[in-house]
Amino acid sequence: MRGVALTRLGVIAAFIALLEALCRFGIVKPLTLVAPSRMVGTLIDLIQAGDVGDDAARTAIEVAGAFVLAILLGVSIGAVIHAIPRLRRAVAPVLVSWYAVPSFVFYPLFIALLGLSEAPLIAIGAFSATPAMVVATISGLDRVPRVLRRVARVHRMGFWDTLRHITLPSALPSLFTGVKLAFAYAFIGVIAGEFILSGGGLGYAIAYAYESFETAKMYALMLLVLGVGVAVNAGLHTWEGRLLRRRQR
Amino acid sequence: MSTPTAHATLRGVTRIYPSLVHALGPVDLDLRQGEFFSVVGPSGCGKSTLLDVLAGLSAPTSGTIAFEGRPVNGVPDGVGVVFQEDSSFAWLNVQDNVAFGLRRAGMEAAEIKRRVEYALGFMGLRDFATAFPAQLSGGMRQRVCIARTLVMQPRLILLDEPFGALDQQTRLLMGDELLRLWRETGATVMLITHALDEAAMLSDRVGVMSSRPGCFIDLAVTDWPRARDSRIVSDPAFGLLTARLWSSLRAESMKAIGRVA
Repeated sequence: MRGVALTRLGVIAAFIALLEALCRFGIVKPLTLVAPSRMVGTLIDLIQAGDVGDDAARTAIEVAGAFVLAILLGVSIGAVIHAIPRLRRAVAPVLVSWYAVPSFVFYPLFIALLGLSEAPLIAIGAFSATPAMVVATISGLDRVPRVLRRVARVHRMGFWDTLRHITLPSALPSLFTGVKLAFAYAFIGVIAGEFILSGGGLGYAIAYAYESFETAKMYALMLLVLGVGVAVNAGLHTWEGRLLRRRQR
Repeated sequence: MSTPTAHATLRGVTRIYPSLVHALGPVDLDLRQGEFFSVVGPSGCGKSTLLDVLAGLSAPTSGTIAFEGRPVNGVPDGVGVVFQEDSSFAWLNVQDNVAFGLRRAGMEAAEIKRRVEYALGFMGLRDFATAFPAQLSGGMRQRVCIARTLVMQPRLILLDEPFGALDQQTRLLMGDELLRLWRETGATVMLITHALDEAAMLSDRVGVMSSRPGCFIDLAVTDWPRARDSRIVSDPAFGLLTARLWSSLRAESMKAIGRVA
Protein backbone atom coordinates (compact mmCIF):
# COMPACT_ATOMS: atom_id res chain seq x y z
CA MET A 1 0.00 0.00 0.00
CA ARG A 2 2.81 2.39 0.89
CA GLY A 3 4.41 1.76 -2.46
CA VAL A 4 1.15 2.57 -4.26
CA ALA A 5 0.72 5.78 -2.28
CA LEU A 6 4.29 6.85 -3.02
CA THR A 7 3.83 6.14 -6.73
CA ARG A 8 0.62 8.19 -6.70
CA LEU A 9 2.40 11.12 -5.05
CA GLY A 10 5.21 10.75 -7.54
CA VAL A 11 2.83 10.93 -10.53
CA ILE A 12 1.14 14.05 -9.15
CA ALA A 13 4.48 15.69 -8.33
CA ALA A 14 5.81 14.93 -11.82
CA PHE A 15 2.69 16.45 -13.41
CA ILE A 16 3.00 19.61 -11.31
CA ALA A 17 6.73 19.84 -12.11
CA LEU A 18 5.92 19.53 -15.83
CA LEU A 19 3.36 22.36 -15.64
CA GLU A 20 5.83 24.49 -13.71
CA ALA A 21 8.53 23.90 -16.32
CA LEU A 22 6.19 24.61 -19.25
CA CYS A 23 5.25 27.97 -17.71
CA ARG A 24 8.72 28.95 -16.47
CA PHE A 25 10.35 28.39 -19.83
CA GLY A 26 7.62 30.34 -21.60
CA ILE A 27 6.37 27.35 -23.63
CA VAL A 28 2.87 28.11 -22.37
CA LYS A 29 1.90 31.79 -22.26
CA PRO A 30 1.04 33.30 -18.84
CA LEU A 31 -2.36 34.44 -20.14
CA THR A 32 -3.22 30.79 -20.85
CA LEU A 33 -1.77 29.12 -17.80
CA VAL A 34 0.15 30.37 -14.77
CA ALA A 35 2.80 28.31 -13.05
CA PRO A 36 1.56 26.18 -10.13
CA SER A 37 3.92 28.04 -7.78
CA ARG A 38 2.24 31.30 -8.79
CA MET A 39 -1.23 29.78 -8.33
CA VAL A 40 -0.31 28.88 -4.76
CA GLY A 41 1.27 32.28 -4.14
CA THR A 42 -1.77 34.14 -5.49
CA LEU A 43 -4.12 31.95 -3.46
CA ILE A 44 -2.19 32.71 -0.26
CA ASP A 45 -2.32 36.43 -1.10
CA LEU A 46 -6.07 36.25 -1.76
CA ILE A 47 -6.70 34.46 1.51
CA GLN A 48 -4.51 36.88 3.47
CA ALA A 49 -6.24 39.87 1.90
CA GLY A 50 -9.60 38.37 2.87
CA ASP A 51 -10.77 38.31 -0.75
CA VAL A 52 -12.11 34.75 -0.85
CA GLY A 53 -13.68 34.35 2.58
CA ASP A 54 -17.18 35.51 1.65
CA ASP A 55 -17.34 33.58 -1.60
CA ALA A 56 -15.95 30.44 0.03
CA ALA A 57 -18.40 30.68 2.93
CA ARG A 58 -21.32 31.14 0.56
CA THR A 59 -20.29 28.14 -1.55
CA ALA A 60 -19.72 26.05 1.57
CA ILE A 61 -23.22 26.83 2.85
CA GLU A 62 -24.77 26.05 -0.53
CA VAL A 63 -22.87 22.77 -0.96
CA ALA A 64 -23.63 21.72 2.61
CA GLY A 65 -27.31 22.55 2.12
CA ALA A 66 -27.50 20.65 -1.18
CA PHE A 67 -25.59 17.69 0.29
CA VAL A 68 -27.73 17.35 3.41
CA LEU A 69 -30.92 17.83 1.41
CA ALA A 70 -29.83 15.19 -1.12
CA ILE A 71 -29.08 12.69 1.65
CA LEU A 72 -32.39 13.27 3.45
CA LEU A 73 -34.41 13.18 0.22
CA GLY A 74 -32.40 10.32 -1.27
CA VAL A 75 -32.73 8.05 1.75
CA SER A 76 -36.46 8.81 2.16
CA ILE A 77 -37.29 8.36 -1.52
CA GLY A 78 -35.07 5.26 -1.75
CA ALA A 79 -36.78 3.69 1.25
CA VAL A 80 -40.25 4.34 -0.17
CA ILE A 81 -39.32 2.97 -3.60
CA HIS A 82 -37.73 -0.09 -1.98
CA ALA A 83 -40.86 -0.73 0.06
CA ILE A 84 -43.23 -0.64 -2.94
CA PRO A 85 -42.08 -3.12 -5.62
CA ARG A 86 -44.62 -1.86 -8.14
CA LEU A 87 -43.37 1.72 -7.79
CA ARG A 88 -39.82 0.44 -8.10
CA ARG A 89 -40.53 -1.32 -11.38
CA ALA A 90 -42.15 1.87 -12.63
CA VAL A 91 -39.38 4.32 -11.70
CA ALA A 92 -36.27 2.15 -12.14
CA PRO A 93 -35.68 3.25 -15.77
CA VAL A 94 -36.02 6.90 -14.74
CA LEU A 95 -33.46 6.49 -11.96
CA VAL A 96 -30.85 4.81 -14.11
CA SER A 97 -31.22 7.34 -16.94
CA TRP A 98 -31.24 10.39 -14.65
CA TYR A 99 -27.62 11.15 -15.46
CA ALA A 100 -28.52 11.55 -19.11
CA VAL A 101 -30.58 14.59 -18.09
CA PRO A 102 -28.49 17.79 -18.04
CA SER A 103 -29.89 19.02 -14.73
CA PHE A 104 -28.81 22.59 -15.47
CA VAL A 105 -31.64 22.99 -17.95
CA PHE A 106 -33.85 23.19 -14.86
CA TYR A 107 -31.82 26.02 -13.37
CA PRO A 108 -33.99 28.81 -14.84
CA LEU A 109 -37.00 27.04 -13.41
CA PHE A 110 -35.44 26.97 -9.93
CA ILE A 111 -34.63 30.67 -10.21
CA ALA A 112 -38.21 31.42 -11.25
CA LEU A 113 -39.51 29.35 -8.33
CA LEU A 114 -37.04 30.33 -5.62
CA GLY A 115 -35.72 33.73 -6.66
CA LEU A 116 -32.13 34.79 -7.33
CA SER A 117 -30.55 33.77 -4.03
CA GLU A 118 -28.70 30.78 -2.57
CA ALA A 119 -31.88 28.69 -2.71
CA PRO A 120 -31.86 27.80 -6.44
CA LEU A 121 -28.20 26.82 -6.15
CA ILE A 122 -28.95 24.54 -3.23
CA ALA A 123 -31.84 23.16 -5.28
CA ILE A 124 -29.70 22.48 -8.36
CA GLY A 125 -27.02 20.80 -6.20
CA ALA A 126 -29.61 18.63 -4.45
CA PHE A 127 -31.31 17.91 -7.78
CA SER A 128 -28.04 16.55 -9.18
CA ALA A 129 -27.07 14.63 -6.05
CA THR A 130 -30.34 13.06 -4.90
CA PRO A 131 -30.60 10.27 -7.52
CA ALA A 132 -27.20 8.86 -6.49
CA MET A 133 -28.42 8.66 -2.91
CA VAL A 134 -31.74 7.09 -3.98
CA VAL A 135 -29.95 4.38 -5.97
CA ALA A 136 -27.47 3.74 -3.14
CA THR A 137 -30.30 3.49 -0.61
CA ILE A 138 -32.24 0.98 -2.72
CA SER A 139 -29.14 -1.10 -3.30
CA GLY A 140 -28.21 -0.93 0.39
CA LEU A 141 -31.68 -2.09 1.45
CA ASP A 142 -31.50 -4.89 -1.14
CA ARG A 143 -28.33 -6.11 0.50
CA VAL A 144 -29.75 -6.48 3.99
CA PRO A 145 -29.90 -10.29 4.27
CA ARG A 146 -33.40 -11.61 4.87
CA VAL A 147 -32.10 -13.75 7.72
CA LEU A 148 -31.07 -10.61 9.65
CA ARG A 149 -34.65 -9.34 9.52
CA ARG A 150 -35.69 -12.69 10.96
CA VAL A 151 -33.07 -12.36 13.71
CA ALA A 152 -34.59 -8.97 14.52
CA ARG A 153 -37.99 -10.58 14.87
CA VAL A 154 -36.61 -13.31 17.12
CA HIS A 155 -35.26 -10.50 19.31
CA ARG A 156 -38.74 -8.98 19.15
CA MET A 157 -37.46 -5.70 17.74
CA GLY A 158 -39.92 -3.15 16.42
CA PHE A 159 -39.60 -1.18 13.18
CA TRP A 160 -37.38 1.61 14.51
CA ASP A 161 -35.10 -0.69 16.49
CA THR A 162 -34.69 -2.93 13.46
CA LEU A 163 -33.90 0.10 11.33
CA ARG A 164 -31.32 1.40 13.77
CA HIS A 165 -29.63 -1.81 14.84
CA ILE A 166 -29.99 -4.06 11.78
CA THR A 167 -31.02 -2.29 8.58
CA LEU A 168 -28.80 0.80 8.72
CA PRO A 169 -25.57 -0.91 9.80
CA SER A 170 -26.17 -3.66 7.28
CA ALA A 171 -26.82 -1.21 4.43
CA LEU A 172 -24.00 1.12 5.48
CA PRO A 173 -21.43 0.18 2.82
CA SER A 174 -23.86 1.05 -0.01
CA LEU A 175 -25.15 4.12 1.79
CA PHE A 176 -21.62 5.41 2.15
CA THR A 177 -21.01 5.06 -1.57
CA GLY A 178 -24.14 7.17 -2.04
CA VAL A 179 -22.87 9.78 0.42
CA LYS A 180 -19.58 10.13 -1.45
CA LEU A 181 -21.34 10.46 -4.81
CA ALA A 182 -23.90 12.86 -3.36
CA PHE A 183 -21.13 15.16 -2.15
CA ALA A 184 -19.42 15.11 -5.54
CA TYR A 185 -22.64 15.86 -7.44
CA ALA A 186 -23.73 18.55 -4.97
CA PHE A 187 -20.34 20.23 -5.24
CA ILE A 188 -20.33 20.11 -9.04
CA GLY A 189 -23.94 21.31 -9.20
CA VAL A 190 -23.37 24.29 -6.92
CA ILE A 191 -20.09 25.44 -8.48
CA ALA A 192 -21.47 25.11 -11.99
CA GLY A 193 -24.65 26.91 -10.98
CA GLU A 194 -22.60 29.79 -9.57
CA PHE A 195 -20.76 29.96 -12.89
CA ILE A 196 -23.93 30.42 -14.88
CA LEU A 197 -25.92 32.85 -12.83
CA SER A 198 -25.05 34.05 -9.37
CA GLY A 199 -23.78 37.09 -7.54
CA GLY A 200 -21.36 35.27 -5.25
CA GLY A 201 -19.62 32.04 -4.42
CA LEU A 202 -16.41 30.49 -5.68
CA GLY A 203 -17.89 29.53 -9.06
CA TYR A 204 -18.96 33.13 -9.58
CA ALA A 205 -15.54 34.41 -8.47
CA ILE A 206 -13.80 32.13 -10.97
CA ALA A 207 -16.09 33.24 -13.79
CA TYR A 208 -15.60 36.88 -12.81
CA ALA A 209 -11.80 36.52 -12.78
CA TYR A 210 -11.98 34.83 -16.16
CA GLU A 211 -14.02 37.61 -17.68
CA SER A 212 -11.72 40.31 -16.32
CA PHE A 213 -8.54 38.53 -17.53
CA GLU A 214 -7.27 37.98 -13.99
CA THR A 215 -5.67 34.69 -14.99
CA ALA A 216 -3.59 34.21 -11.86
CA LYS A 217 -6.62 34.81 -9.62
CA MET A 218 -8.76 32.47 -11.71
CA TYR A 219 -6.24 29.65 -11.41
CA ALA A 220 -5.73 30.29 -7.71
CA LEU A 221 -9.48 29.95 -7.12
CA MET A 222 -9.65 26.84 -9.32
CA LEU A 223 -6.86 25.38 -7.20
CA LEU A 224 -8.85 26.15 -4.08
CA VAL A 225 -11.98 24.42 -5.46
CA LEU A 226 -9.93 21.43 -6.56
CA GLY A 227 -8.20 21.25 -3.16
CA VAL A 228 -11.47 21.43 -1.23
CA GLY A 229 -13.07 18.75 -3.44
CA VAL A 230 -10.12 16.40 -3.06
CA ALA A 231 -9.80 17.05 0.69
CA VAL A 232 -13.48 16.39 1.44
CA ASN A 233 -13.43 13.24 -0.69
CA ALA A 234 -10.27 12.01 1.00
CA GLY A 235 -11.86 12.70 4.38
CA LEU A 236 -15.00 10.75 3.46
CA HIS A 237 -12.86 7.95 2.07
CA THR A 238 -10.83 7.71 5.27
CA TRP A 239 -13.96 7.75 7.39
CA GLU A 240 -15.48 5.02 5.25
CA GLY A 241 -12.33 2.95 5.54
CA ARG A 242 -12.38 3.27 9.30
CA LEU A 243 -16.04 2.28 9.53
CA LEU A 244 -15.90 -0.63 7.12
CA ARG A 245 -12.32 -1.84 7.38
CA ARG A 246 -12.97 -4.91 9.46
CA ARG A 247 -16.24 -6.11 8.00
CA GLN A 248 -15.30 -6.81 4.39
CA ARG A 249 -16.27 -10.33 3.44
CA MET B 1 -54.90 -32.50 24.83
CA SER B 2 -51.20 -32.08 25.51
CA THR B 3 -49.25 -34.43 27.71
CA PRO B 4 -48.31 -33.07 31.16
CA THR B 5 -44.64 -32.68 30.21
CA ALA B 6 -45.27 -31.09 26.80
CA HIS B 7 -43.17 -27.95 26.41
CA ALA B 8 -44.59 -26.98 23.06
CA THR B 9 -47.59 -28.38 21.24
CA LEU B 10 -48.89 -28.15 17.71
CA ARG B 11 -52.44 -29.25 16.91
CA GLY B 12 -53.75 -29.52 13.36
CA VAL B 13 -51.24 -26.95 12.16
CA THR B 14 -51.26 -26.16 8.44
CA ARG B 15 -49.62 -23.45 6.41
CA ILE B 16 -50.85 -22.50 2.97
CA TYR B 17 -48.97 -19.68 1.26
CA PRO B 18 -50.79 -16.85 -0.50
CA SER B 19 -49.69 -18.49 -3.76
CA LEU B 20 -51.93 -21.38 -2.61
CA VAL B 21 -48.94 -23.68 -2.15
CA HIS B 22 -49.91 -26.02 0.65
CA ALA B 23 -46.57 -26.19 2.45
CA LEU B 24 -47.34 -27.88 5.72
CA GLY B 25 -49.61 -30.18 7.60
CA PRO B 26 -51.84 -30.87 9.21
CA VAL B 27 -49.20 -31.48 11.88
CA ASP B 28 -49.71 -32.65 15.46
CA LEU B 29 -46.66 -32.66 17.70
CA ASP B 30 -45.74 -32.53 21.37
CA LEU B 31 -42.22 -31.42 22.16
CA ARG B 32 -41.43 -32.82 25.61
CA GLN B 33 -39.71 -30.71 28.21
CA GLY B 34 -35.93 -31.02 27.79
CA GLU B 35 -35.95 -33.43 24.85
CA PHE B 36 -33.79 -33.28 21.73
CA PHE B 37 -36.15 -33.61 18.79
CA SER B 38 -35.02 -33.67 15.18
CA VAL B 39 -37.08 -33.29 12.03
CA VAL B 40 -35.92 -34.89 8.78
CA GLY B 41 -37.72 -34.80 5.46
CA PRO B 42 -37.25 -34.43 1.74
CA SER B 43 -36.25 -31.08 0.26
CA GLY B 44 -39.08 -28.56 0.20
CA CYS B 45 -41.32 -30.63 2.49
CA GLY B 46 -42.06 -27.75 4.84
CA LYS B 47 -39.47 -28.41 7.58
CA SER B 48 -38.46 -24.77 7.74
CA THR B 49 -42.09 -23.71 7.59
CA LEU B 50 -42.70 -25.90 10.63
CA LEU B 51 -39.89 -24.12 12.47
CA ASP B 52 -41.21 -20.72 11.40
CA VAL B 53 -44.70 -21.30 12.75
CA LEU B 54 -43.41 -22.87 15.97
CA ALA B 55 -41.06 -19.89 16.48
CA GLY B 56 -43.94 -17.47 15.88
CA LEU B 57 -42.14 -16.03 12.83
CA SER B 58 -45.17 -16.78 10.67
CA ALA B 59 -48.75 -17.58 11.58
CA PRO B 60 -50.27 -20.96 10.70
CA THR B 61 -53.18 -20.98 8.26
CA SER B 62 -55.10 -23.22 10.65
CA GLY B 63 -54.46 -25.06 13.89
CA THR B 64 -53.02 -24.00 17.23
CA ILE B 65 -49.52 -23.73 18.65
CA ALA B 66 -48.71 -23.37 22.33
CA PHE B 67 -45.44 -22.83 24.14
CA GLU B 68 -45.37 -23.43 27.90
CA GLY B 69 -49.14 -23.56 27.84
CA ARG B 70 -49.64 -20.18 26.18
CA PRO B 71 -50.72 -19.73 22.56
CA VAL B 72 -47.92 -18.63 20.25
CA ASN B 73 -48.57 -15.26 18.65
CA GLY B 74 -45.28 -13.69 17.58
CA VAL B 75 -41.95 -14.96 18.89
CA PRO B 76 -42.48 -15.95 22.54
CA ASP B 77 -40.10 -15.05 25.34
CA GLY B 78 -37.76 -17.97 26.01
CA VAL B 79 -37.46 -19.13 22.39
CA GLY B 80 -34.12 -18.92 20.58
CA VAL B 81 -33.61 -19.57 16.88
CA VAL B 82 -30.43 -20.43 14.99
CA PHE B 83 -30.72 -20.13 11.21
CA GLN B 84 -28.97 -22.00 8.44
CA GLU B 85 -27.59 -18.85 6.84
CA ASP B 86 -24.85 -16.89 8.49
CA SER B 87 -26.71 -14.38 10.62
CA SER B 88 -23.77 -12.84 12.44
CA PHE B 89 -23.65 -9.05 12.38
CA ALA B 90 -20.70 -8.08 10.16
CA TRP B 91 -20.40 -4.67 11.83
CA LEU B 92 -19.98 -6.01 15.37
CA ASN B 93 -17.07 -7.97 16.78
CA VAL B 94 -17.67 -11.41 18.26
CA GLN B 95 -18.34 -10.31 21.84
CA ASP B 96 -20.68 -7.51 20.74
CA ASN B 97 -22.49 -9.97 18.48
CA VAL B 98 -22.97 -12.30 21.43
CA ALA B 99 -24.01 -9.47 23.77
CA PHE B 100 -26.53 -8.06 21.25
CA GLY B 101 -29.72 -9.53 22.73
CA LEU B 102 -28.67 -8.90 26.32
CA ARG B 103 -27.99 -5.22 25.64
CA ARG B 104 -31.34 -4.94 23.89
CA ALA B 105 -32.97 -6.44 26.97
CA GLY B 106 -31.35 -3.70 29.08
CA MET B 107 -29.43 -6.10 31.31
CA GLU B 108 -26.79 -4.59 33.58
CA ALA B 109 -23.22 -4.52 32.28
CA ALA B 110 -21.70 -6.89 34.86
CA GLU B 111 -24.25 -9.60 34.12
CA ILE B 112 -23.81 -9.13 30.36
CA LYS B 113 -20.06 -9.52 30.77
CA ARG B 114 -20.46 -12.65 32.85
CA ARG B 115 -22.87 -14.29 30.44
CA VAL B 116 -20.91 -13.33 27.33
CA GLU B 117 -17.68 -14.66 28.81
CA TYR B 118 -19.39 -17.91 29.68
CA ALA B 119 -20.90 -18.27 26.19
CA LEU B 120 -17.61 -17.41 24.48
CA GLY B 121 -15.81 -19.99 26.58
CA PHE B 122 -18.52 -22.57 26.02
CA MET B 123 -18.40 -22.16 22.24
CA GLY B 124 -14.58 -21.98 22.09
CA LEU B 125 -14.60 -18.36 21.01
CA ARG B 126 -12.66 -16.78 23.86
CA ASP B 127 -9.59 -16.10 21.72
CA PHE B 128 -11.72 -14.45 19.06
CA ALA B 129 -13.72 -12.09 21.28
CA THR B 130 -12.53 -8.98 19.46
CA ALA B 131 -12.40 -10.52 15.97
CA PHE B 132 -14.98 -9.55 13.35
CA PRO B 133 -17.10 -12.18 11.57
CA ALA B 134 -15.28 -11.51 8.28
CA GLN B 135 -12.11 -12.80 9.92
CA LEU B 136 -13.72 -16.12 10.92
CA SER B 137 -14.53 -19.34 9.08
CA GLY B 138 -18.12 -20.37 8.36
CA GLY B 139 -18.10 -22.79 11.28
CA MET B 140 -16.81 -20.17 13.69
CA ARG B 141 -19.46 -17.69 12.54
CA GLN B 142 -22.15 -20.26 13.18
CA ARG B 143 -20.70 -20.70 16.68
CA VAL B 144 -21.07 -16.95 17.16
CA CYS B 145 -24.74 -17.21 16.17
CA ILE B 146 -25.27 -20.13 18.55
CA ALA B 147 -23.50 -18.22 21.34
CA ARG B 148 -25.73 -15.21 20.65
CA THR B 149 -28.76 -17.46 21.13
CA LEU B 150 -27.26 -19.26 24.13
CA VAL B 151 -26.64 -16.11 26.23
CA MET B 152 -30.34 -15.38 26.19
CA GLN B 153 -30.84 -18.66 28.09
CA PRO B 154 -33.73 -19.83 25.90
CA ARG B 155 -35.87 -22.66 27.17
CA LEU B 156 -36.70 -23.79 23.65
CA ILE B 157 -33.94 -23.70 21.02
CA LEU B 158 -34.97 -24.08 17.36
CA LEU B 159 -32.23 -24.79 14.86
CA ASP B 160 -32.89 -24.64 11.11
CA GLU B 161 -30.16 -26.74 9.45
CA PRO B 162 -27.49 -24.81 11.36
CA PHE B 163 -24.64 -26.97 10.05
CA GLY B 164 -25.93 -27.26 6.48
CA ALA B 165 -23.11 -25.18 5.05
CA LEU B 166 -20.30 -26.89 6.98
CA ASP B 167 -18.04 -29.79 6.04
CA GLN B 168 -18.68 -33.24 7.50
CA GLN B 169 -15.94 -33.22 10.17
CA THR B 170 -16.98 -29.80 11.41
CA ARG B 171 -20.60 -30.96 11.45
CA LEU B 172 -19.77 -33.91 13.71
CA LEU B 173 -17.84 -31.71 16.12
CA MET B 174 -20.53 -29.02 16.11
CA GLY B 175 -23.02 -31.80 16.82
CA ASP B 176 -21.02 -32.71 19.91
CA GLU B 177 -21.09 -29.12 21.05
CA LEU B 178 -24.80 -28.93 20.46
CA LEU B 179 -25.29 -32.02 22.63
CA ARG B 180 -23.16 -30.48 25.37
CA LEU B 181 -25.16 -27.25 25.16
CA TRP B 182 -28.41 -29.19 25.35
CA ARG B 183 -27.25 -31.21 28.38
CA GLU B 184 -25.92 -28.25 30.30
CA THR B 185 -28.78 -25.84 29.65
CA GLY B 186 -31.61 -28.33 30.01
CA ALA B 187 -33.37 -26.57 27.14
CA THR B 188 -35.75 -28.31 24.78
CA VAL B 189 -34.17 -28.52 21.33
CA MET B 190 -35.78 -28.93 17.93
CA LEU B 191 -33.32 -29.43 15.08
CA ILE B 192 -34.31 -29.27 11.43
CA THR B 193 -31.85 -31.19 9.29
CA HIS B 194 -31.61 -33.00 5.99
CA ALA B 195 -28.82 -35.25 7.32
CA LEU B 196 -30.19 -38.56 8.60
CA ASP B 197 -26.96 -39.40 10.46
CA GLU B 198 -27.04 -36.03 12.23
CA ALA B 199 -30.62 -36.60 13.33
CA ALA B 200 -29.87 -40.19 14.42
CA MET B 201 -26.77 -39.20 16.36
CA LEU B 202 -28.15 -36.20 18.23
CA SER B 203 -31.79 -36.88 18.99
CA ASP B 204 -34.03 -38.45 21.59
CA ARG B 205 -36.72 -38.64 18.92
CA VAL B 206 -36.66 -38.13 15.20
CA GLY B 207 -39.77 -37.08 13.26
CA VAL B 208 -39.80 -38.02 9.58
CA MET B 209 -41.85 -35.76 7.34
CA SER B 210 -43.58 -36.59 4.08
CA SER B 211 -43.04 -34.66 0.88
CA ARG B 212 -45.09 -31.45 0.56
CA PRO B 213 -47.43 -30.77 2.26
CA GLY B 214 -45.23 -32.04 5.09
CA CYS B 215 -46.83 -34.29 7.70
CA PHE B 216 -45.14 -36.64 10.16
CA ILE B 217 -45.08 -40.17 8.75
CA ASP B 218 -42.78 -41.73 11.33
CA LEU B 219 -41.57 -40.92 14.85
CA ALA B 220 -38.44 -42.85 15.84
CA VAL B 221 -37.32 -43.02 19.49
CA THR B 222 -33.55 -43.46 19.75
CA ASP B 223 -33.13 -44.48 23.43
CA TRP B 224 -29.65 -42.96 23.55
CA PRO B 225 -28.32 -42.08 27.01
CA ARG B 226 -28.35 -38.36 27.81
CA ALA B 227 -24.54 -38.39 28.06
CA ARG B 228 -23.71 -39.15 24.43
CA ASP B 229 -21.48 -37.80 21.72
CA SER B 230 -20.52 -38.34 18.09
CA ARG B 231 -18.79 -41.65 18.92
CA ILE B 232 -22.29 -43.12 18.97
CA VAL B 233 -21.98 -43.45 15.18
CA SER B 234 -19.98 -46.66 15.73
CA ASP B 235 -22.86 -48.23 17.75
CA PRO B 236 -24.69 -50.92 15.70
CA ALA B 237 -27.98 -49.39 16.85
CA PHE B 238 -26.99 -46.17 15.08
CA GLY B 239 -26.78 -48.01 11.76
CA LEU B 240 -30.15 -49.67 12.32
CA LEU B 241 -31.74 -46.35 13.22
CA THR B 242 -30.32 -44.55 10.19
CA ALA B 243 -31.53 -47.43 7.98
CA ARG B 244 -35.01 -47.15 9.48
CA LEU B 245 -35.13 -43.40 8.89
CA TRP B 246 -34.04 -43.87 5.30
CA SER B 247 -36.62 -46.56 4.61
CA SER B 248 -39.31 -44.18 5.92
CA LEU B 249 -37.96 -41.34 3.87
CA ARG B 250 -36.90 -42.95 0.59
CA ALA B 251 -40.30 -43.04 -1.09
CA GLU B 252 -41.03 -39.45 0.00
CA SER B 253 -37.69 -38.20 -1.25
CA MET B 254 -38.32 -39.77 -4.64
CA LYS B 255 -41.71 -38.10 -4.77
CA ALA B 256 -40.03 -34.81 -3.96
CA ILE B 257 -37.72 -35.11 -6.96
CA GLY B 258 -40.60 -36.22 -9.20
CA ARG B 259 -39.86 -39.94 -9.38
CA VAL B 260 -42.21 -42.78 -8.52
CA ALA B 261 -40.97 -44.95 -5.66
